[in-house]
Amino acid sequence: MIKSLFRSSLAMLSMVSAVAMAADSPASLMAHYAATAGVPVSALSATRGETLYRTEHPGRNAQAVSCASCHTANPTQPGRTRVGKQIEPLAPAANPQRFTDAAKVEKWFRRNCTDVLQRECSAQEKGDFIAWLSQTK
Amino acid sequence: MNYLLRGIGVVTTVGMISLLSFSLPSPSGEARGDGGSNTLPRLTHKNWQQECASCHIAYAPAFLPKASWRRVMGGLDQHFGENASLDPVTQADILRFLEANAADAGTSRMGNRVMQGMDAKAAPLRVTETRWFVRKHDEVSRAVWSRKSVGSAANCAACHRQAEQGVFDEDTVNIPK
Repeated sequence: MIKSLFRSSLAMLSMVSAVAMAADSPASLMAHYAATAGVPVSALSATRGETLYRTEHPGRNAQAVSCASCHTANPTQPGRTRVGKQIEPLAPAANPQRFTDAAKVEKWFRRNCTDVLQRECSAQEKGDFIAWLSQTK
Repeated sequence: MNYLLRGIGVVTTVGMISLLSFSLPSPSGEARGDGGSNTLPRLTHKNWQQECASCHIAYAPAFLPKASWRRVMGGLDQHFGENASLDPVTQADILRFLEANAADAGTSRMGNRVMQGMDAKAAPLRVTETRWFVRKHDEVSRAVWSRKSVGSAANCAACHRQAEQGVFDEDTVNIPK
């Protein structure tokens, strides 16, 4: 009886820690986006990611917009929203909280890609983007 | 012995119930007193604080009437020119909280002030459009709003240094250069 109780509580414990360990990381997200795009992780390109970050697109009031418009040219630096609130740095080197929550990452890709590119980003683009940011020092 | 055990049981039960009633978050957010017409009731609501405060301060529900909040939350995919869309569950949860504490919900003195002079059918989208806001800021010149350090009239915390705590008293105002 006691033995089985002990065993089941051990099983519970390992389940809890498995859930706690399931937190996402830049690497796990890159793997996820590469798999969704149907390419190996090695096919993700930091160079394409940087181009995606910096390329300007026609936005509202004929003003050019890019990711850098709010996140600044250097993603290890804090950015600023249109209202004026500070945005914590996007690069994991400066902000370890970045790319650790898949739902949050998806939410912001969905919002910001439609704002900047007028369309959603592809899985390949998302993977490229994280590939560049995670190596930005 | 029996009485002692029963006594312990009663005390534990009562203790548990009171603990529960204090720790359970109320669905509409918990108002901890009303600090007057320039200080907002302290409200706690996880989704409102997390989601609405990503790009700007979490504007207090008491700044706009219910009808306004329904319009704001119904158009998040085009939120003042930006896509601020949320999943439907989070969106509905935040709207319930905003409605329960809106300017016309009768839960704060600041809300009562906001409603003064507002058309009963009005549903402004911007806090800065309300007569209350305009009257309160009539001595602030256009040049001040457009300063880089301020950004826009939507950036309450630029001058109201305790805006995030719901404090808008005049002596907490410090207009940046």
